[in-house]
Amino acid sequence: MSRVETVSRRGFLESMFSAGALVLGAGSLPFQAEGAVDATRAVWNPSVYLGIETDGTVIAVAHRSEMGTGIRSVLPMLLADELDADWSKVKVQQAIGDEKYGSQNTDGSCSIRDFYDAIRDAGASARLMLERAAASKWGVPASECKASNHFVTHASGKKLGYGELASLAKQQPVPAKADLRHKSEAEFRYVGKEVATIDRDDLCMGKGTFGMDAKVPGMVYASIERSPVYGGKVKSHDDSEAKKVKGVQQTVVIDRFKEPQIFQQLGGVAVIADNTWSAMQGRKKLKVDWDLGPNAGYDSEAYRKELVEKARQPQKVVRNIGDVDKVLASGAKVIEADYYVPMLAHAAMEPPAAVAEFKDGKVTAWTATQNPQAVQDAVSAAMGIAKKDVVCNVTLLGGGFGRKSKPDYVVEAAMLSKKVGKPVKVVWSREEDIKFDYFHAVAAMHMKAAVDGKGKPTAWLHRSVFPTIGSTFDASATYGQEFEMGMGWNDLPYDIPNHRAENGPAKNHVRIGWMRSVANIYHAFAIHSFVDELAAAAGRDRVEYILDLIGPARNVDPKPEGMKYWNNDQPLDKFPIETQRLRRVVEVVAEKSGWAKQKSGNGRGWGIAAHRSFLSYVAAVVEVEMDGKGGFRIPNVHIASDSGLIISPDRVKSQHEGAAVFGASIAMLGEITAANGRIVQSNFHDYQVARMHQAPVQTHVHIIPSKQRPAGVGEPGVPPVPPAICNAIFAATGKRYRDLPLKKHKLA
Amino acid sequence: MIRLKVNGSGRQFDGDPAMPLLWYLRDLLDLTGTKFGCGAGQCGACTVHVNGSPTRACVTPMKAVSGKNITTIEGLSPEGKHPVQEAWKACHVPQCGYCQSGQIMQAVALLKDKPKPSDADIDKAMQGNICRCGTYQRIRKAIKMAAGVNA
Repeated sequence: MSRVETVSRRGFLESMFSAGALVLGAGSLPFQAEGAVDATRAVWNPSVYLGIETDGTVIAVAHRSEMGTGIRSVLPMLLADELDADWSKVKVQQAIGDEKYGSQNTDGSCSIRDFYDAIRDAGASARLMLERAAASKWGVPASECKASNHFVTHASGKKLGYGELASLAKQQPVPAKADLRHKSEAEFRYVGKEVATIDRDDLCMGKGTFGMDAKVPGMVYASIERSPVYGGKVKSHDDSEAKKVKGVQQTVVIDRFKEPQIFQQLGGVAVIADNTWSAMQGRKKLKVDWDLGPNAGYDSEAYRKELVEKARQPQKVVRNIGDVDKVLASGAKVIEADYYVPMLAHAAMEPPAAVAEFKDGKVTAWTATQNPQAVQDAVSAAMGIAKKDVVCNVTLLGGGFGRKSKPDYVVEAAMLSKKVGKPVKVVWSREEDIKFDYFHAVAAMHMKAAVDGKGKPTAWLHRSVFPTIGSTFDASATYGQEFEMGMGWNDLPYDIPNHRAENGPAKNHVRIGWMRSVANIYHAFAIHSFVDELAAAAGRDRVEYILDLIGPARNVDPKPEGMKYWNNDQPLDKFPIETQRLRRVVEVVAEKSGWAKQKSGNGRGWGIAAHRSFLSYVAAVVEVEMDGKGGFRIPNVHIASDSGLIISPDRVKSQHEGAAVFGASIAMLGEITAANGRIVQSNFHDYQVARMHQAPVQTHVHIIPSKQRPAGVGEPGVPPVPPAICNAIFAATGKRYRDLPLKKHKLA
Repeated sequence: MIRLKVNGSGRQFDGDPAMPLLWYLRDLLDLTGTKFGCGAGQCGACTVHVNGSPTRACVTPMKAVSGKNITTIEGLSPEGKHPVQEAWKACHVPQCGYCQSGQIMQAVALLKDKPKPSDADIDKAMQGNICRCGTYQRIRKAIKMAAGVNA
């Protein structure tokens, strides 16, 4: 049971700090009044990212979820650096879900962007308070005291450790923001350096605790049979055979959700058992009669034709600059093409899993979630209890990619625990993970351009039709949401005088959700494939052509009158669309990949794409080598990335290495289809993701040094990769592939 | 009654002989370093050694391991200092880390079989182990480092 204690201890702030600890909360410092202090947690302030124990231990609270980006190491590293703490004396504690931390929704590539200032202020405030505490003890001016590497020293030679000063420091008034001194770049100990993540060694020993590993005393296991068609419900069921399976205790019917779906349970029949295997075996013996509902006729091939046809017809105008129709009708050369990206599943290596215990009107959960506050919201709504009565402990995540910010599986565990009166662990099989995902939307796109004598567009039309993520939150939604359109589509910063974007309606037949880089995936595929087609038609070098298309250095305001532009919920003056940064990543990736010297042809090809997303700028050059048997390898990928200021260069590199593999999976292999309302794929044999022999062999990541505001890292590496792969295949073979995945095609 | 050895300790199992070794290790012995990824021998997250051979625990029934020696990631090296683990750390391989137990167990078996593997050997031995985070190039580098061959 030691594992249990580890999980639960990790979660509870109450047990984290000893009574004498100095506790600071960045969210409340230095701007919050004394009255906001919550005495129930620790001595000074419960709204904590940071505590210092009297033995000198620094406790950094990681409020964002760890799914492989390194965030739960990197934010504490930033905090420790600003505090000037000794990293070896820093302990990281994973926060439970609590809105006092600010957003904990670890998606959208915004953990550093949104918390960089708050975390630095917390570290700088604590450092100053330690210095002032030492000054007051020694009776010297604070300006003569200097905090460094876990000690405060005075010119006279006096020296006190952070632990020795903690009790005194907590009596210091909170410093005014104007008094804070932030470290200069030269003073950083950890930022910009290669520091191992706190989980690295555990993960090499099988020691990390994931949601799938959570276990509490008295826990039973559940496996759930869900409607094969989205939205179906149980008419009747026969569990007599299931109950004969050794270890099966009982079955429980879970009601179907009520629209809108959001993060509710799908509903079905759960088998409760002594262990995972018995639960799964019992589930296979269930006989369930379903009312399949209105989606039973969903056929993805028919739907594909419908979307492709819609994209060829005029649709709702969502961005309009100049007069596209006039130029297209002017007799100029016109080029057009259709693109298609299928539905995709997240397929994180750890299938969804959650432990929940309903007791005395409260729920405690242990789970791999990207968003513990969404767990609180969803579970409290489902159980009819207050949000504060849902405690969500966050384990490590075996991958997330957006799937695990949707806590339907935690709702299931909570509902089952209430019904069986014990803690319940819900384990999704891989088949369930793939069949009942919040799928990345299918998209059909039609591109049309009029070009001048040099092949540069004078008019550009981009129609896009896809079922919206909005349908998960409002069942009637059929048009793209502002954020979906703002993902590399209606913010296209090209130097083209006439520009129109149109969006057609599309009904969802499954749950639609966000997946790593979201709508950028299909928009970037269509746009950067089409750019390559235009350049090819003009016989121009791709790098030169793309730079011409981007145009001169300027900040682009993509909004014609009346259009709302998302910009990742950030103001354009804070995060402008800077074409010089997009140009720069193109230039750097061209230089580093030796673009000018590479000769495509004879089964070898080089392709390029550059894309701004999550406020970052990324260009990718891909080399492909055709094997002459319909397949290919990717010996090299070069990625140039400008994500603004970065904290951990190695973790930025690893995210882009991973993005190249994720993008290769999308381009080559990924496809979810449906027939008779049922998802056809079920496991890794028919929903394939890149394996070692298929993945890019070497991804070379070139980080653009920057002092600009930190922007996204986890996602922006993905969008340019699929089009760059297809552009490389065109360069190698002369064949253009406009619909994914490539495995459907017999490659030259 | 099925008797077997897990990480050197003798064990007895009297449950369903069809239960996969994976769930015995995870649910009954609390050895959760061996991961559930697919349940179908497709992803390699559950790789353990059965009498020294890399084996997918999720499709290996308990009756098939009667009398066998099982080594899991927890039993590879008491302090996590196996040369493959050391190379994994040096290359900062893990991202989410969920697949890495299986990757390491597979790599250890590869190097036992082929102490100086070529790229083709590595591709062949490792293609059954999926990493959705995409750490493959670091896995390759770490294997070569552990083997002492040029990257």
